[in-house]
Amino acid sequence: MLPVYVPILILAVVAIGFAAFTIVASHLLGQPRPTDAKSAVYECGMPAIGTARERFPIKFYLVCMIFILLDVDAAFLYPWALIYPQLGWFGFVEMLVFMTLLGGGFAYAWKVGALDW
Amino acid sequence: MDALLRLFSLIPGWDQNVPAWASISLAGLLAAGLCLGFISLGPVGYVYVERKLAGFMQDRLGPMRVGPWGLLQTIADTIKLLFKEAIFPAAVNRPLFVVAPCLVVIGAFMGFAVLPFSPTWQGTDLDVGAFYVIAIGSLSTVGLIMAGWASNNKYALFGAMRSAAQIVSYEIPAVMSLIVVVMIAGSLSLQQIVAAQAGGLHNWFLWKFFPLNVIAFLVFFTATLAECNRTPFDIPEAESELVAGFHTEYSGFFFAMFFLAEYTEMFVASAMVSVLFLGGFAAPLPVLQTVAGFDIGPVWLIAKAWALVFVHMWLRWTLPRLRVDQLMHVAWKVLLPIALFLIVVIGGLLTAPATAGGFPWDPWFGWPLTALLCGYLMLTALRAWRWHARQVREAVA
Repeated sequence: MLPVYVPILILAVVAIGFAAFTIVASHLLGQPRPTDAKSAVYECGMPAIGTARERFPIKFYLVCMIFILLDVDAAFLYPWALIYPQLGWFGFVEMLVFMTLLGGGFAYAWKVGALDW
Repeated sequence: MDALLRLFSLIPGWDQNVPAWASISLAGLLAAGLCLGFISLGPVGYVYVERKLAGFMQDRLGPMRVGPWGLLQTIADTIKLLFKEAIFPAAVNRPLFVVAPCLVVIGAFMGFAVLPFSPTWQGTDLDVGAFYVIAIGSLSTVGLIMAGWASNNKYALFGAMRSAAQIVSYEIPAVMSLIVVVMIAGSLSLQQIVAAQAGGLHNWFLWKFFPLNVIAFLVFFTATLAECNRTPFDIPEAESELVAGFHTEYSGFFFAMFFLAEYTEMFVASAMVSVLFLGGFAAPLPVLQTVAGFDIGPVWLIAKAWALVFVHMWLRWTLPRLRVDQLMHVAWKVLLPIALFLIVVIGGLLTAPATAGGFPWDPWFGWPLTALLCGYLMLTALRAWRWHARQVREAVA
């Protein structure tokens, strides 16, 4: 009996090996010859103004928060979906309750404009 | 891997003389090598096909100079990229800058471990196979953010943040429409999901609960398209506003690695769509499953996946790019409510005894609609080809 996760481990080793190999190969084949102009930050040919380590819009943070909430909910739904056929009407009602709560939160986020970009 | 292990045990004396760990690792390495060949050579073909297709759709020829009909063009490009200098701008965070493309490639590559090419040709049959593909696919998001952050370039950072927001938003509808399939199949193992669809085209999940699953299919396909960063969802590298998005500062083979990952991800996503909705390695007619006693499941899966890859390319050269706000609107206010609605409705239908096995009219829709769709597509392709030929004739004359 083959342990199920061994092939994944082997594939991970091969994938990391492939990535490392390409980096080394590209380093050896294309010798880096840096100059000042080459290693400047690219900003359409202009000298860069300031750094990129600046503040950026809060919207990204909001999307991220809603994503985490809904993704955790989805993760909770999977075990339920797996044994769904055995659960019968009890499972369906349970799911309706869960979905109402989830939908309530989602509707609230929609209403306060968290989903508007 | 099972298939390879079985091949090994056919060799006389193998089981007695070779320890189990050795034959397991040898089979694993061989299988991984096969996948590696597939992913590293695949993009050479995909890029050529895509450029030719783009040429055809925009009424030009595409690559023609290198080799007959430009067949060697992408090979020449690969060699050029390999020999190009990889520039490290002075401002970048070097370790992250190097690790990012590797992470993207590894994330795309690892999905192959669970793709079922036939009952025996599969890396490993995980109990949570479908979940694994979704999870490992998110690894490349981390790579993209890393690339954008490490570049220390405003365009790259913007591209990375946008791509993170986009992939994260479209993951929710994908995960939710996957639940529909899991509910019907009652399993997360990709083998069992395919097994539940065996017996011909009318049994595929696409045609179950007609037309509800067709909608689920469209939601899932749109979401995977967005997760691969393909047009109309290629905001992260919107070249008209962000130069090249997260890979602005990358050059040489590091740049190529992002493309390797993109095309590999396209194949993995398309294979997943075909496993979940289009029967995976099951043939549309049970008669076509074996040829001369051999199971040709891998051919069916690859054919279905390539057909969907073709749709990806076709959409890329047909549709304009969405704006960022439109993109978010589609994910959160269109696809997600539809997916939630489908979970509730299909959940109710599965519980009701009368419709637990699908609607009574399910068997009657699959074949006629498929035939109609294929006929229409062929007719359109024929007309486009004729138009193209006439243009060429007139240009020559």
